[in-house]
Amino acid sequence: MTLLREFRRDIAIAVVAFLVLLAIGFGIDSPWPRDFLTSIFAFGLLAMSLNLLIGYTGLVSFGHAAFFAFGGYVFGLLLQWEGFTSALGGASVPLAFVAALIGTALYSLVIGAICVRLTEIYFAFLTLAFQMFLYSVILSWVSLTGGDQGLMGGIPRPPFLGIDLGDAHHRYAACALVFVVCVLIMRIVTESPFGYTLRMIRDNAQRAAFLGVNVTRVKLICFVVAGSIAGVGGVILALFTSGAYPEWAFWAQSGEAIFMIMLGGLNVFVGPLVGAVALRILNDVVQMYTSHTEIVIGLVILFVVLGLRRGLLDFARDWWVDRQQARLAAANREGEER
Amino acid sequence: MLRLENVVKTFGGVVATDHVSLDFPDGSLSAVIGPNGAGKTTLFNLITGHLVPDSGRILLGDQDIAGMEPARIVRKGVGRAFQVASIFPTMTVEQALMAAVASHVHMSEHLLSAFPPPSVRQRAEELVELLGMGGVARLLCSNISHGDQKLLDIGLALALEPRVLLLDEPTAGMGPEERWQMIRTVRRLWEQGRMTLVFIEHDMDIVFEVSQTISVLRYGAVLAQGTADEIRSNPEVIEAYLGTENYEEQPA
Repeated sequence: MTLLREFRRDIAIAVVAFLVLLAIGFGIDSPWPRDFLTSIFAFGLLAMSLNLLIGYTGLVSFGHAAFFAFGGYVFGLLLQWEGFTSALGGASVPLAFVAALIGTALYSLVIGAICVRLTEIYFAFLTLAFQMFLYSVILSWVSLTGGDQGLMGGIPRPPFLGIDLGDAHHRYAACALVFVVCVLIMRIVTESPFGYTLRMIRDNAQRAAFLGVNVTRVKLICFVVAGSIAGVGGVILALFTSGAYPEWAFWAQSGEAIFMIMLGGLNVFVGPLVGAVALRILNDVVQMYTSHTEIVIGLVILFVVLGLRRGLLDFARDWWVDRQQARLAAANREGEER
Repeated sequence: MLRLENVVKTFGGVVATDHVSLDFPDGSLSAVIGPNGAGKTTLFNLITGHLVPDSGRILLGDQDIAGMEPARIVRKGVGRAFQVASIFPTMTVEQALMAAVASHVHMSEHLLSAFPPPSVRQRAEELVELLGMGGVARLLCSNISHGDQKLLDIGLALALEPRVLLLDEPTAGMGPEERWQMIRTVRRLWEQGRMTLVFIEHDMDIVFEVSQTISVLRYGAVLAQGTADEIRSNPEVIEAYLGTENYEEQPA
Protein backbone atom coordinates (compact mmCIF):
# COMPACT_ATOMS: atom_id res chain seq x y z
CA MET A 1 0.00 0.00 0.00
CA THR A 2 1.28 3.44 -0.89
CA LEU A 3 0.11 4.86 2.43
CA LEU A 4 2.41 2.51 4.33
CA ARG A 5 5.33 3.43 2.11
CA GLU A 6 4.69 7.18 2.23
CA PHE A 7 4.49 7.20 6.01
CA ARG A 8 7.07 4.47 6.70
CA ARG A 9 9.11 6.78 8.91
CA ASP A 10 6.14 7.76 11.07
CA ILE A 11 4.97 4.15 11.22
CA ALA A 12 8.44 3.06 12.33
CA ILE A 13 8.43 5.73 15.05
CA ALA A 14 4.99 4.58 16.17
CA VAL A 15 6.12 0.94 16.39
CA VAL A 16 9.20 1.91 18.40
CA ALA A 17 7.10 4.14 20.67
CA PHE A 18 4.67 1.27 21.27
CA LEU A 19 7.51 -1.12 22.15
CA VAL A 20 9.02 1.43 24.53
CA LEU A 21 5.65 1.93 26.20
CA LEU A 22 5.31 -1.86 26.60
CA ALA A 23 8.83 -2.10 28.01
CA ILE A 24 8.05 0.59 30.59
CA GLY A 25 4.70 -0.91 31.55
CA PHE A 26 5.90 -4.50 31.81
CA GLY A 27 9.49 -3.92 32.85
CA ILE A 28 8.86 -1.76 35.90
CA ASP A 29 7.34 -3.71 38.73
CA SER A 30 5.02 -1.01 39.99
CA PRO A 31 1.58 0.12 38.89
CA TRP A 32 2.59 3.79 38.99
CA PRO A 33 4.15 4.16 35.49
CA ARG A 34 1.27 2.21 33.95
CA ASP A 35 -1.34 4.35 35.66
CA PHE A 36 0.46 7.56 34.89
CA LEU A 37 0.89 6.66 31.22
CA THR A 38 -2.67 5.41 30.81
CA SER A 39 -4.00 8.74 32.00
CA ILE A 40 -1.57 10.41 29.57
CA PHE A 41 -3.00 8.25 26.78
CA ALA A 42 -6.49 9.52 27.56
CA PHE A 43 -5.72 13.20 28.15
CA GLY A 44 -3.05 13.23 25.46
CA LEU A 45 -5.61 12.15 22.87
CA LEU A 46 -7.99 14.81 24.16
CA ALA A 47 -5.36 17.57 23.84
CA MET A 48 -3.88 16.37 20.55
CA SER A 49 -7.27 16.01 18.90
CA LEU A 50 -8.27 19.47 20.16
CA ASN A 51 -5.11 20.80 18.55
CA LEU A 52 -6.32 19.58 15.16
CA LEU A 53 -8.91 22.32 15.60
CA ILE A 54 -6.89 24.99 17.43
CA GLY A 55 -3.38 24.62 16.05
CA TYR A 56 -4.04 23.32 12.56
CA THR A 57 -7.36 24.93 11.63
CA GLY A 58 -7.48 28.01 13.88
CA LEU A 59 -10.80 26.96 15.42
CA VAL A 60 -10.66 27.51 19.18
CA SER A 61 -13.21 25.10 20.65
CA PHE A 62 -14.11 25.46 24.32
CA GLY A 63 -16.34 22.41 24.26
CA HIS A 64 -14.06 19.65 23.08
CA ALA A 65 -14.31 17.59 26.28
CA ALA A 66 -17.97 16.92 25.43
CA PHE A 67 -16.81 14.33 22.89
CA PHE A 68 -14.33 12.89 25.38
CA ALA A 69 -17.14 12.38 27.89
CA PHE A 70 -19.55 11.15 25.24
CA GLY A 71 -17.16 8.39 24.14
CA GLY A 72 -16.52 7.32 27.72
CA TYR A 73 -20.22 7.24 28.63
CA VAL A 74 -21.33 5.34 25.51
CA PHE A 75 -18.62 2.75 26.11
CA GLY A 76 -19.39 2.42 29.82
CA LEU A 77 -23.17 2.36 29.43
CA LEU A 78 -23.11 -0.34 26.75
CA LEU A 79 -20.91 -2.62 28.83
CA GLN A 80 -23.00 -2.04 31.97
CA TRP A 81 -26.14 -3.01 30.06
CA GLU A 82 -26.60 -6.72 30.75
CA GLY A 83 -28.56 -7.40 27.56
CA PHE A 84 -25.59 -6.15 25.54
CA THR A 85 -22.88 -8.16 27.25
CA SER A 86 -24.89 -11.37 27.58
CA ALA A 87 -25.95 -11.30 23.92
CA LEU A 88 -22.50 -10.52 22.53
CA GLY A 89 -20.28 -12.20 25.08
CA GLY A 90 -16.64 -11.94 24.10
CA ALA A 91 -17.35 -9.53 21.26
CA SER A 92 -18.94 -6.96 23.54
CA VAL A 93 -15.78 -4.97 24.41
CA PRO A 94 -14.62 -4.44 20.81
CA LEU A 95 -18.18 -3.72 19.69
CA ALA A 96 -18.71 -1.23 22.53
CA PHE A 97 -15.49 0.46 21.42
CA VAL A 98 -16.69 0.66 17.81
CA ALA A 99 -20.11 1.88 18.94
CA ALA A 100 -18.50 4.58 21.12
CA LEU A 101 -16.34 5.66 18.17
CA ILE A 102 -19.22 5.80 15.67
CA GLY A 103 -21.55 7.37 18.24
CA THR A 104 -19.05 10.13 19.02
CA ALA A 105 -18.45 10.67 15.31
CA LEU A 106 -22.18 11.15 14.71
CA TYR A 107 -22.54 13.36 17.78
CA SER A 108 -19.66 15.57 16.63
CA LEU A 109 -21.12 15.63 13.12
CA VAL A 110 -24.35 17.12 14.48
CA ILE A 111 -22.63 19.63 16.78
CA GLY A 112 -20.02 20.46 14.14
CA ALA A 113 -22.61 21.05 11.42
CA ILE A 114 -24.12 23.75 13.61
CA CYS A 115 -20.87 25.26 14.91
CA VAL A 116 -18.31 25.33 12.07
CA ARG A 117 -20.11 27.99 10.10
CA LEU A 118 -19.32 30.42 12.92
CA THR A 119 -15.90 31.85 13.55
CA GLU A 120 -13.79 32.88 16.49
CA ILE A 121 -15.63 33.87 19.64
CA TYR A 122 -19.02 32.70 18.33
CA PHE A 123 -17.62 29.29 17.50
CA ALA A 124 -15.91 29.09 20.90
CA PHE A 125 -19.04 29.99 22.82
CA LEU A 126 -21.39 27.77 20.86
CA THR A 127 -19.15 24.73 21.40
CA LEU A 128 -19.02 25.65 25.10
CA ALA A 129 -22.81 25.92 25.22
CA PHE A 130 -23.27 22.46 23.68
CA GLN A 131 -20.77 21.02 26.13
CA MET A 132 -22.64 22.49 29.11
CA PHE A 133 -25.86 21.14 27.65
CA LEU A 134 -24.38 17.63 27.61
CA TYR A 135 -23.11 18.19 31.16
CA SER A 136 -26.61 19.11 32.34
CA VAL A 137 -28.11 16.08 30.61
CA ILE A 138 -25.59 13.78 32.31
CA LEU A 139 -26.32 15.36 35.71
CA SER A 140 -30.09 15.29 35.42
CA TRP A 141 -30.69 11.96 33.68
CA VAL A 142 -29.89 10.10 36.89
CA SER A 143 -31.60 6.81 35.96
CA LEU A 144 -29.29 6.36 32.97
CA THR A 145 -26.05 8.12 33.91
CA GLY A 146 -26.06 8.00 37.69
CA GLY A 147 -26.11 11.80 37.75
CA ASP A 148 -23.33 13.41 39.75
CA GLN A 149 -22.18 9.99 40.99
CA GLY A 150 -21.19 8.91 37.50
CA LEU A 151 -21.32 5.33 36.24
CA MET A 152 -20.81 3.42 39.47
CA GLY A 153 -20.23 -0.26 40.13
CA GLY A 154 -17.49 -0.81 37.58
CA ILE A 155 -17.60 -1.58 33.90
CA PRO A 156 -17.68 -5.30 33.05
CA ARG A 157 -15.01 -6.29 30.51
CA PRO A 158 -15.62 -9.80 29.13
CA PRO A 159 -12.36 -11.22 27.70
CA PHE A 160 -11.98 -11.41 23.93
CA LEU A 161 -9.32 -13.09 21.76
CA GLY A 162 -7.38 -13.97 24.86
CA ILE A 163 -7.29 -10.36 26.01
CA ASP A 164 -8.68 -9.69 29.47
CA LEU A 165 -9.04 -5.97 30.07
CA GLY A 166 -9.74 -6.70 33.71
CA ASP A 167 -6.06 -7.54 33.96
CA ALA A 168 -3.91 -4.46 34.56
CA HIS A 169 -1.15 -5.50 32.12
CA HIS A 170 -3.53 -6.46 29.34
CA ARG A 171 -5.45 -3.25 29.83
CA TYR A 172 -2.32 -1.14 29.72
CA ALA A 173 -1.08 -2.81 26.52
CA ALA A 174 -4.47 -2.41 24.82
CA CYS A 175 -4.70 1.27 25.80
CA ALA A 176 -1.13 1.88 24.60
CA LEU A 177 -1.94 0.27 21.25
CA VAL A 178 -5.12 2.30 20.78
CA PHE A 179 -3.26 5.47 21.75
CA VAL A 180 -0.37 4.88 19.36
CA VAL A 181 -2.72 4.05 16.49
CA CYS A 182 -4.77 7.21 17.11
CA VAL A 183 -1.64 9.39 17.22
CA LEU A 184 -0.45 7.80 13.99
CA ILE A 185 -3.82 8.50 12.35
CA MET A 186 -3.61 12.15 13.45
CA ARG A 187 -0.06 12.35 12.14
CA ILE A 188 -1.15 11.06 8.73
CA VAL A 189 -4.16 13.38 8.63
CA THR A 190 -2.05 16.45 9.46
CA GLU A 191 0.58 15.58 6.85
CA SER A 192 -1.96 14.82 4.13
CA PRO A 193 -3.30 17.20 1.46
CA PHE A 194 -6.22 17.64 3.87
CA GLY A 195 -3.81 18.67 6.64
CA TYR A 196 -2.32 21.38 4.45
CA THR A 197 -5.82 22.52 3.51
CA LEU A 198 -6.42 23.00 7.25
CA ARG A 199 -3.32 25.22 7.42
CA MET A 200 -4.64 27.26 4.49
CA ILE A 201 -7.90 27.81 6.32
CA ARG A 202 -6.07 28.77 9.51
CA ASP A 203 -3.88 31.28 7.66
CA ASN A 204 -6.47 32.78 5.32
CA ALA A 205 -9.87 31.12 5.01
CA GLN A 206 -11.14 33.58 2.44
CA ARG A 207 -8.24 32.95 0.11
CA ALA A 208 -8.68 29.20 0.54
CA ALA A 209 -12.30 29.60 -0.59
CA PHE A 210 -11.14 31.58 -3.62
CA LEU A 211 -8.83 28.68 -4.46
CA GLY A 212 -11.80 26.35 -4.62
CA VAL A 213 -11.64 24.89 -1.10
CA ASN A 214 -15.01 24.10 0.46
CA VAL A 215 -14.05 25.68 3.77
CA THR A 216 -17.15 24.68 5.71
CA ARG A 217 -16.95 21.04 4.69
CA VAL A 218 -13.22 20.79 5.42
CA LYS A 219 -13.77 22.32 8.88
CA LEU A 220 -16.61 19.89 9.52
CA ILE A 221 -14.50 16.87 8.54
CA CYS A 222 -11.77 18.12 10.88
CA PHE A 223 -14.30 18.64 13.66
CA VAL A 224 -15.60 15.07 13.29
CA VAL A 225 -12.10 13.53 13.19
CA ALA A 226 -11.07 15.54 16.27
CA GLY A 227 -14.29 14.70 18.13
CA SER A 228 -14.00 10.99 17.36
CA ILE A 229 -10.42 10.80 18.60
CA ALA A 230 -11.38 12.67 21.76
CA GLY A 231 -14.09 10.03 22.16
CA VAL A 232 -11.44 7.30 22.00
CA GLY A 233 -9.58 9.19 24.74
CA GLY A 234 -12.76 9.01 26.81
CA VAL A 235 -13.01 5.25 26.21
CA ILE A 236 -9.45 4.81 27.49
CA LEU A 237 -10.26 6.80 30.61
CA ALA A 238 -13.48 4.81 31.14
CA LEU A 239 -11.51 1.57 30.89
CA PHE A 240 -8.86 2.89 33.23
CA THR A 241 -11.22 4.21 35.93
CA SER A 242 -13.83 1.50 35.29
CA GLY A 243 -16.46 4.22 35.26
CA ALA A 244 -17.41 7.53 33.72
CA TYR A 245 -17.90 10.82 35.52
CA PRO A 246 -19.76 14.04 34.74
CA GLU A 247 -16.63 16.18 35.35
CA TRP A 248 -15.33 14.84 32.04
CA ALA A 249 -18.04 16.90 30.36
CA PHE A 250 -17.49 19.99 32.51
CA TRP A 251 -16.03 23.09 30.89
CA ALA A 252 -12.95 22.89 33.10
CA GLN A 253 -11.99 19.66 31.33
CA SER A 254 -11.90 21.49 27.99
CA GLY A 255 -9.97 24.29 29.70
CA GLU A 256 -7.39 21.80 30.92
CA ALA A 257 -6.92 20.49 27.37
CA ILE A 258 -6.35 24.06 26.18
CA PHE A 259 -3.78 24.51 29.00
CA MET A 260 -1.97 21.41 27.80
CA ILE A 261 -1.80 22.81 24.27
CA MET A 262 -0.61 26.22 25.50
CA LEU A 263 2.02 24.63 27.71
CA GLY A 264 3.40 22.18 25.15
CA GLY A 265 2.97 24.22 21.98
CA LEU A 266 0.40 24.27 19.22
CA ASN A 267 2.61 24.41 16.14
CA VAL A 268 4.44 21.17 16.77
CA PHE A 269 2.61 17.90 16.27
CA VAL A 270 3.54 16.37 19.65
CA GLY A 271 3.32 19.73 21.48
CA PRO A 272 -0.03 19.03 23.18
CA LEU A 273 1.21 15.59 24.27
CA VAL A 274 4.29 17.15 25.87
CA GLY A 275 1.91 19.65 27.46
CA ALA A 276 -0.24 16.83 28.82
CA VAL A 277 2.80 15.12 30.37
CA ALA A 278 4.10 18.42 31.77
CA LEU A 279 0.76 19.35 33.29
CA ARG A 280 0.33 15.90 34.89
CA ILE A 281 3.84 15.94 36.37
CA LEU A 282 3.41 19.52 37.52
CA ASN A 283 0.12 18.61 39.13
CA ASP A 284 1.59 15.58 40.94
CA VAL A 285 4.69 17.45 42.11
CA VAL A 286 2.77 20.47 43.35
CA GLN A 287 0.36 18.20 45.18
CA MET A 288 3.23 16.83 47.25
CA TYR A 289 3.86 20.29 48.70
CA THR A 290 0.58 22.13 48.77
CA SER A 291 -3.11 21.62 48.28
CA HIS A 292 -3.35 24.91 46.36
CA THR A 293 -2.40 23.20 43.10
CA GLU A 294 -4.52 25.41 40.88
CA ILE A 295 -2.85 28.66 41.88
CA VAL A 296 0.64 27.23 41.31
CA ILE A 297 -0.33 25.79 37.92
CA GLY A 298 -1.97 29.08 37.02
CA LEU A 299 1.27 30.90 37.78
CA VAL A 300 3.27 28.48 35.64
CA ILE A 301 0.90 28.95 32.72
CA LEU A 302 1.06 32.71 33.20
CA PHE A 303 4.85 32.48 32.99
CA VAL A 304 4.73 30.38 29.82
CA VAL A 305 2.18 32.63 28.13
CA LEU A 306 3.65 35.98 29.15
CA GLY A 307 7.31 35.00 29.49
CA LEU A 308 7.91 32.64 26.59
CA ARG A 309 4.80 33.85 24.73
CA ARG A 310 4.34 30.35 23.34
CA GLY A 311 4.43 26.71 24.30
CA LEU A 312 7.65 24.86 25.12
CA LEU A 313 8.03 23.11 21.77
CA ASP A 314 6.85 26.17 19.81
CA PHE A 315 9.78 27.98 21.36
CA ALA A 316 12.22 25.41 20.03
CA ARG A 317 10.50 25.25 16.64
CA ASP A 318 10.49 29.02 16.12
CA TRP A 319 14.16 29.21 16.97
CA TRP A 320 14.93 26.51 14.43
CA VAL A 321 12.66 27.92 11.71
CA ASP A 322 14.09 31.44 12.15
CA ARG A 323 17.61 30.14 11.69
CA GLN A 324 16.70 28.07 8.66
CA GLN A 325 14.80 30.99 7.07
CA ALA A 326 17.70 33.39 7.66
CA ARG A 327 20.05 30.92 6.00
CA LEU A 328 17.76 30.50 2.98
CA ALA A 329 17.25 34.26 2.65
CA ALA A 330 21.00 34.83 2.76
CA ALA A 331 21.55 32.18 0.09
CA ASN A 332 18.89 33.83 -2.07
CA ARG A 333 20.50 37.27 -1.71
CA GLU A 334 23.88 35.86 -2.67
CA GLY A 335 22.32 34.17 -5.68
CA GLU A 336 20.80 37.46 -6.81
CA GLU A 337 24.02 39.39 -6.42
CA ARG A 338 25.96 36.98 -8.56
CA MET B 1 -15.48 34.61 -23.06
CA LEU B 2 -16.52 36.80 -20.16
CA ARG B 3 -19.43 39.16 -20.70
CA LEU B 4 -21.29 41.44 -18.29
CA GLU B 5 -24.80 42.51 -19.25
CA ASN B 6 -26.47 45.38 -17.42
CA VAL B 7 -24.98 44.46 -14.05
CA VAL B 8 -26.24 46.57 -11.15
CA LYS B 9 -25.07 46.55 -7.53
CA THR B 10 -26.13 49.03 -4.88
CA PHE B 11 -25.08 49.39 -1.25
CA GLY B 12 -27.85 51.22 0.54
CA GLY B 13 -28.37 54.28 -1.60
CA VAL B 14 -24.96 54.12 -3.28
CA VAL B 15 -24.85 52.70 -6.77
CA ALA B 16 -21.51 50.92 -6.87
CA THR B 17 -22.09 49.26 -10.23
CA ASP B 18 -24.44 51.05 -12.58
CA HIS B 19 -25.76 49.01 -15.53
CA VAL B 20 -22.32 47.80 -16.50
CA SER B 21 -22.04 45.94 -19.79
CA LEU B 22 -18.57 44.82 -20.79
CA ASP B 23 -17.05 42.24 -23.11
CA PHE B 24 -13.79 40.43 -22.54
CA PRO B 25 -13.16 38.18 -25.56
CA ASP B 26 -11.33 34.86 -25.17
CA GLY B 27 -7.60 35.28 -24.83
CA SER B 28 -7.74 39.06 -24.54
CA LEU B 29 -5.64 41.25 -22.26
CA SER B 30 -7.74 44.09 -20.89
CA ALA B 31 -7.30 46.82 -18.34
CA VAL B 32 -9.96 48.38 -16.13
CA ILE B 33 -9.18 51.93 -15.10
CA GLY B 34 -11.05 54.62 -13.23
CA PRO B 35 -10.62 56.95 -10.27
CA ASN B 36 -10.75 55.62 -6.70
CA GLY B 37 -14.29 54.58 -5.85
CA ALA B 38 -15.26 54.03 -9.48
CA GLY B 39 -16.31 50.47 -8.67
CA LYS B 40 -13.40 48.53 -10.13
CA THR B 41 -12.86 46.13 -7.24
CA THR B 42 -16.64 45.81 -6.79
CA LEU B 43 -16.78 44.63 -10.39
CA PHE B 44 -14.22 41.91 -9.61
CA ASN B 45 -16.14 40.96 -6.47
CA LEU B 46 -19.29 40.56 -8.55
CA ILE B 47 -17.57 38.41 -11.18
CA THR B 48 -15.95 36.14 -8.57
CA GLY B 49 -19.15 35.67 -6.58
CA HIS B 50 -17.97 37.56 -3.52
CA LEU B 51 -20.91 39.90 -4.11
CA VAL B 52 -24.26 39.07 -5.67
CA PRO B 53 -25.50 41.55 -8.29
CA ASP B 54 -28.92 43.14 -7.79
CA SER B 55 -29.68 42.56 -11.44
CA GLY B 56 -27.99 41.77 -14.73
CA ARG B 57 -26.14 38.77 -16.07
CA ILE B 58 -22.51 37.71 -15.86
CA LEU B 59 -21.83 35.23 -18.63
CA LEU B 60 -18.86 32.89 -18.64
CA GLY B 61 -19.11 31.24 -22.05
CA ASP B 62 -22.87 30.96 -22.29
CA GLN B 63 -23.50 30.26 -18.62
CA ASP B 64 -24.78 32.89 -16.19
CA ILE B 65 -22.53 32.80 -13.11
CA ALA B 66 -24.10 35.79 -11.34
CA GLY B 67 -24.80 34.94 -7.70
CA MET B 68 -23.05 31.55 -7.67
CA GLU B 69 -20.89 30.57 -4.68
CA PRO B 70 -17.27 31.81 -5.02
CA ALA B 71 -15.90 28.27 -4.81
CA ARG B 72 -18.13 27.17 -7.70
CA ILE B 73 -17.12 30.09 -9.87
CA VAL B 74 -13.49 29.24 -9.17
CA ARG B 75 -14.17 25.70 -10.38
CA LYS B 76 -15.57 27.14 -13.59
CA GLY B 77 -12.19 28.70 -14.28
CA VAL B 78 -12.20 32.21 -12.86
CA GLY B 79 -9.02 32.91 -10.88
CA ARG B 80 -8.24 36.06 -8.98
CA ALA B 81 -5.40 37.91 -7.29
CA PHE B 82 -5.96 40.65 -4.74
CA GLN B 83 -5.01 44.29 -4.28
CA VAL B 84 -3.39 43.40 -0.96
CA ALA B 85 -1.58 40.10 -1.56
CA SER B 86 -3.79 37.38 -0.10
CA ILE B 87 -1.45 34.57 0.83
CA PHE B 88 -0.70 32.06 3.61
CA PRO B 89 1.80 33.62 6.04
CA THR B 90 2.90 30.48 7.90
CA MET B 91 3.40 28.32 4.82
CA THR B 92 6.39 28.40 2.51
CA VAL B 93 5.95 29.68 -1.04
CA GLU B 94 6.30 26.14 -2.31
CA GLN B 95 3.79 24.73 0.19
CA ALA B 96 1.24 27.43 -0.60
CA LEU B 97 1.46 26.66 -4.32
CA MET B 98 1.28 22.92 -3.72
CA ALA B 99 -1.78 23.34 -1.51
CA ALA B 100 -3.44 25.48 -4.19
CA VAL B 101 -2.67 22.89 -6.86
CA ALA B 102 -4.02 20.14 -4.58
CA SER B 103 -7.26 22.09 -4.33
CA HIS B 104 -7.39 22.44 -8.10
CA VAL B 105 -7.04 18.70 -8.66
CA HIS B 106 -9.72 18.00 -6.02
CA MET B 107 -7.37 16.54 -3.42
CA SER B 108 -8.08 19.01 -0.60
CA GLU B 109 -10.13 16.43 1.23
CA HIS B 110 -7.73 13.50 0.91
CA LEU B 111 -6.98 12.56 4.51
CA LEU B 112 -5.03 9.38 3.99
CA SER B 113 -2.16 10.15 1.64
CA ALA B 114 1.09 12.07 1.93
CA PHE B 115 1.39 15.75 1.02
CA PRO B 116 2.43 16.64 -1.58
CA PRO B 117 1.42 13.93 -4.05
CA PRO B 118 4.16 13.68 -6.74
CA SER B 119 1.98 15.14 -9.52
CA VAL B 120 1.10 18.11 -7.33
CA ARG B 121 4.73 18.75 -6.45
CA GLN B 122 5.67 18.63 -10.12
CA ARG B 123 2.99 21.14 -11.12
CA ALA B 124 3.97 23.46 -8.24
CA GLU B 125 7.61 23.30 -9.32
CA GLU B 126 6.55 24.32 -12.82
CA LEU B 127 4.71 27.28 -11.34
CA VAL B 128 7.72 28.29 -9.24
CA GLU B 129 9.79 28.28 -12.40
CA LEU B 130 7.16 30.14 -14.42
CA LEU B 131 7.03 32.85 -11.74
CA GLY B 132 10.81 32.92 -11.41
CA MET B 133 10.55 32.34 -7.67
CA GLY B 134 13.05 29.49 -7.38
CA GLY B 135 15.26 31.48 -4.98
CA VAL B 136 12.48 32.07 -2.46
CA ALA B 137 10.51 28.82 -2.86
CA ARG B 138 11.42 27.55 0.58
CA LEU B 139 10.95 30.84 2.39
CA LEU B 140 7.82 31.50 4.40
CA CYS B 141 5.27 33.67 2.60
CA SER B 142 5.62 36.23 5.40
CA ASN B 143 9.38 36.46 4.85
CA ILE B 144 9.43 37.36 1.14
CA SER B 145 9.39 40.85 -0.39
CA HIS B 146 6.22 42.75 -1.17
CA GLY B 147 6.73 42.23 -4.90
CA ASP B 148 7.20 38.49 -4.44
CA GLN B 149 4.06 38.35 -2.30
CA LYS B 150 2.06 39.97 -5.09
CA LEU B 151 3.60 37.55 -7.57
CA LEU B 152 2.78 34.57 -5.35
CA ASP B 153 -0.81 35.79 -5.11
CA ILE B 154 -0.99 35.63 -8.91
CA GLY B 155 0.74 32.25 -8.84
CA LEU B 156 -1.92 30.88 -6.47
CA ALA B 157 -4.58 31.93 -8.97
CA LEU B 158 -2.56 30.34 -11.79
CA ALA B 159 -2.51 27.06 -9.90
CA LEU B 160 -6.19 26.77 -10.82
CA GLU B 161 -5.33 26.94 -14.55
CA PRO B 162 -7.95 29.65 -14.98
CA ARG B 163 -9.66 30.50 -18.26
CA VAL B 164 -10.21 34.00 -16.89
CA LEU B 165 -7.69 35.66 -14.59
CA LEU B 166 -8.58 38.85 -12.73
CA LEU B 167 -5.72 40.85 -11.23
CA ASP B 168 -6.64 43.65 -8.83
CA GLU B 169 -3.79 46.16 -9.09
CA PRO B 170 -0.88 43.77 -9.59
CA THR B 171 1.56 46.67 -9.20
CA ALA B 172 0.01 48.26 -6.08
CA GLY B 173 2.59 49.60 -3.65
CA MET B 174 5.58 49.08 -5.95
CA GLY B 175 8.28 51.44 -7.16
CA PRO B 176 8.38 52.42 -10.86
CA GLU B 177 11.05 49.91 -11.85
CA GLU B 178 9.39 47.08 -9.92
CA ARG B 179 6.06 47.93 -11.60
CA TRP B 180 7.43 47.43 -15.08
CA GLN B 181 9.08 44.21 -14.06
CA MET B 182 5.80 42.95 -12.63
CA ILE B 183 3.77 43.96 -15.65
CA ARG B 184 6.25 42.29 -18.00
CA THR B 185 5.86 39.13 -15.94
CA VAL B 186 2.08 39.43 -16.11
CA ARG B 187 2.24 39.83 -19.88
CA ARG B 188 4.53 36.83 -20.20
CA LEU B 189 2.18 34.72 -18.05
CA TRP B 190 -0.72 35.81 -20.25
CA GLU B 191 1.12 34.92 -23.44
CA GLN B 192 2.12 31.51 -22.12
CA GLY B 193 -1.19 30.72 -20.44
CA ARG B 194 -3.43 31.86 -23.32
CA MET B 195 -6.16 32.96 -20.91
CA THR B 196 -8.46 35.94 -20.72
CA LEU B 197 -6.74 38.41 -18.43
CA VAL B 198 -8.31 41.51 -16.90
CA PHE B 199 -6.33 43.79 -14.62
CA ILE B 200 -6.99 46.93 -12.65
CA GLU B 201 -4.20 49.48 -12.89
CA HIS B 202 -3.58 53.12 -12.03
CA ASP B 203 -0.39 53.72 -13.98
CA MET B 204 -1.53 55.06 -17.38
CA ASP B 205 1.79 54.39 -19.08
CA ILE B 206 1.49 50.72 -18.18
CA VAL B 207 -2.16 50.54 -19.21
CA PHE B 208 -1.60 52.08 -22.63
CA GLU B 209 1.53 50.05 -23.23
CA VAL B 210 0.33 46.54 -22.51
CA SER B 211 -3.46 46.25 -22.82
CA GLN B 212 -5.40 45.37 -25.94
CA THR B 213 -8.62 46.92 -24.68
CA ILE B 214 -9.25 49.38 -21.90
CA SER B 215 -12.47 49.86 -19.94
CA VAL B 216 -12.96 53.14 -18.15
CA LEU B 217 -15.28 53.23 -15.15
CA ARG B 218 -16.64 56.32 -13.43
CA TYR B 219 -19.21 56.43 -10.61
CA GLY B 220 -19.82 52.72 -11.15
CA ALA B 221 -20.76 53.13 -14.80
CA VAL B 222 -18.83 52.35 -17.97
CA LEU B 223 -17.58 55.55 -19.54
CA ALA B 224 -15.84 53.88 -22.46
CA GLN B 225 -14.37 50.62 -23.69
CA GLY B 226 -11.87 50.48 -26.54
CA THR B 227 -8.28 50.22 -27.65
CA ALA B 228 -5.56 52.44 -26.23
CA ASP B 229 -5.86 54.85 -29.15
CA GLU B 230 -9.64 55.04 -28.90
CA ILE B 231 -9.46 55.71 -25.16
CA ARG B 232 -6.70 58.29 -25.55
CA SER B 233 -8.74 60.26 -28.06
CA ASN B 234 -12.15 59.82 -26.43
CA PRO B 235 -13.22 63.35 -25.45
CA GLU B 236 -15.36 62.20 -22.54
CA VAL B 237 -12.51 60.19 -21.05
CA ILE B 238 -10.10 63.06 -21.53
CA GLU B 239 -12.42 65.42 -19.79
CA ALA B 240 -13.55 63.13 -17.00
CA TYR B 241 -10.50 61.21 -16.11
CA LEU B 242 -7.30 61.89 -17.96
CA GLY B 243 -7.47 65.65 -17.68
CA THR B 244 -7.77 68.08 -20.55
CA GLU B 245 -4.12 68.80 -21.15
CA ASN B 246 -1.92 65.77 -20.87
CA TYR B 247 -2.74 62.58 -19.05
CA GLU B 248 0.90 62.00 -18.18
CA GLU B 249 0.86 64.93 -15.82
CA GLN B 250 -1.89 63.33 -13.77
CA PRO B 251 -0.68 61.51 -10.71
CA ALA B 252 -0.88 57.78 -11.28
